Amino acid sequence: MKTPVQFRLNGTSVAVFVDGGANLLTALRDGVGDLTPKFGCGQGTCGACTVLVDGEPRLSCITLAETCEGRGVETLTGLKQGADLHPLQTAFMEHFAAQCGFCTPGMLMAAKALLDRNPRPTRDEVVEAIAGNICRCTGYEPIIDAILAAAQSARRY
Amino acid sequence: MLEFRKEFFADERDDKLNVVGKGVQRQDMLGHVTGTTAFFDDHRPAGLLHLKVLRSPHAHARLRGIDTTAAERAPGVRRVIRGADVPRNLNTLLGLIGFGKDDEPSLATTKVRYRGEPIIAIVADSEREAMEALALIRVDYDPLPTVFDVEEALKPGAPLVNEVYPGNAFEYYEHFDHQRIRFGDVEAGFRTADHVLEQRYQMSPIEQAPTETNGSIAAPETNGRFVVYTPTQGLFFSLDTCAKILDVESNRLHFIGGTAGGGFGGKVDCLTEPLAILGAMLTGRPVRYVLGREEEMQFGGPRSGERIYIKDGMMRDGRIVARKVTVYFDSGAYTRLTSYGAVKCAAHIPGPYSIPNVSADCYTVFTNRTPATAMRGFGVTAVDWALECQMDKLAHLIGMNPAEFRILNAYRDGDMKAHRREAKGTALIECVQVAAEKAKWPLSEAARREESRKGGGGVRAEITPTPRDTTPKRRNSAGAQATANWDRPAPPATTPFQERFTPPAPSAPPPASAVPPRPPEPPAPPAGPKPGAQRFSSVFGTRRR
Repeated sequence: MKTPVQFRLNGTSVAVFVDGGANLLTALRDGVGDLTPKFGCGQGTCGACTVLVDGEPRLSCITLAETCEGRGVETLTGLKQGADLHPLQTAFMEHFAAQCGFCTPGMLMAAKALLDRNPRPTRDEVVEAIAGNICRCTGYEPIIDAILAAAQSARRY
Repeated sequence: MLEFRKEFFADERDDKLNVVGKGVQRQDMLGHVTGTTAFFDDHRPAGLLHLKVLRSPHAHARLRGIDTTAAERAPGVRRVIRGADVPRNLNTLLGLIGFGKDDEPSLATTKVRYRGEPIIAIVADSEREAMEALALIRVDYDPLPTVFDVEEALKPGAPLVNEVYPGNAFEYYEHFDHQRIRFGDVEAGFRTADHVLEQRYQMSPIEQAPTETNGSIAAPETNGRFVVYTPTQGLFFSLDTCAKILDVESNRLHFIGGTAGGGFGGKVDCLTEPLAILGAMLTGRPVRYVLGREEEMQFGGPRSGERIYIKDGMMRDGRIVARKVTVYFDSGAYTRLTSYGAVKCAAHIPGPYSIPNVSADCYTVFTNRTPATAMRGFGVTAVDWALECQMDKLAHLIGMNPAEFRILNAYRDGDMKAHRREAKGTALIECVQVAAEKAKWPLSEAARREESRKGGGGVRAEITPTPRDTTPKRRNSAGAQATANWDRPAPPATTPFQERFTPPAPSAPPPASAVPPRPPEPPAPPAGPKPGAQRFSSVFGTRRR
């Protein structure tokens, strides 16, 4: 028995049928076909599946898909601004803030949630914001630098 | 920040560098920040099926019976795969280069040797249906005595973990149950030493824990081949391993990889590809086999736990005159790559120091733990940690500056190493000097003036007279116990794979009753070195320079 769920994904309405108890990660990857959130642990510990629900960072692997009915979901797919990269994406590129790239979608979404509510974060606030995201290539310093640089560059616009 | 210290070894180096030291953008970075990088699990071929595996809850048990009747009838189930369905259900990774005996089944048939060992695979329309069907399988286990400690496993009468290795230790070169170094006479060295220090070190197993778990997606292509999306760290190594296990020509497999969500050694073992491909062969549909995090921890091999004993003899002035090292690698239930780690370990002892008397024994021991494998400098990292802890303790024992103690004992160009090779390109002294400078650690003027390229050779280039080694080649043979060939299938017909990859046995000629090779028979391999041998320097001794 499948349940229909409708929500806005990166500003566009989508509908998907899910199994009872299906999580948002599965709904996005296998239902909608947005493959940017990643499966890392399925237990809400690694952060690779981080997406925004109504602007708040959520671990999509432990978020019931049905609870997203009518809400706004953001993934890395929607981060670009048309053909242009988001300042966070540019800063990640310039600061070598990705190695294998697997944690990057979750990192970027956690960082976006931070900058959306706090455009001028301190280094400690950046560390706190990505505390739920594991980078096993251990590139935290460049990631923190990149998020701070993105905050700086965004202020120039 | 990167810093070039060009004052060191300037005459050995060409500084006309085009890339090193300059910032160059990664070619995959744009894909990473836009989420368009395609990892193996970012492929969704139409008609995709999902494979899940029943794993042993016991660390050691005989399989009395497996009942899959209910699972076969469960909704969504397309295929139940047993060990008998795997064409060659016994493999060892380095068998591709003729190193080690086949010892690990893809799916256990008669016995399980660690908790998490695969027994039955189920291919179903969804992951959920596969999991629900797994819960319907009934396995009759007969638990066996277990052993989890490397030294316990080597004792006579210890539970026999893997019947392929009746002594519970990997066999090197068909004669030794360990890797061995004998250089000079350590016992004589201990007798002349002013101080003797013996210590025990224990390194725990360490999981690589890449953010992306192991997995693969295999799909039939239109030309009888199978495409495999994989995060493997050794693409052609994995391809050949699958060709061997599945008994197909390797040109029927098309591996697409090169993009891994972290690996660190945890993605060289070809954990999922063989069953994913077999699932695709048996169902004619794309099959996805992805490990959950718990499976990654239980089934994916960690860095092996290592127990290290170091006994050193040292003079009052700080010169180390004898070093004896015994290392036990915990290989878990199967070899995977631990045997190679022990080779690297032996090649590294006694560390970067010139010591006239060295003895080492490195064992690869089988226990009922998760099979261990590669991880970032495996074989060297743990023994290095132990050796450097030991160096600090020795320095403190005589009240010497630990940095100067290392400079005193460091090997220098022209010194003879315990492996009877001349030390070349040594740089430990300079490393210690720069490290001391960076750490603002005091260093005497004399220590600061030392150089790796001065003071070596001469008497230090000589091979210390070494008494004939009379210690046994094997420490133990627990083989008094029954050595039924668990998991080993009936002798297979000679296959195309064997024709190309298995070196002929040096001794016994094939029995007259041997099954003839299946047609069409590929041409016999040319005489000469085995494929890949030259590239695998530490095992075969082929040197880079």
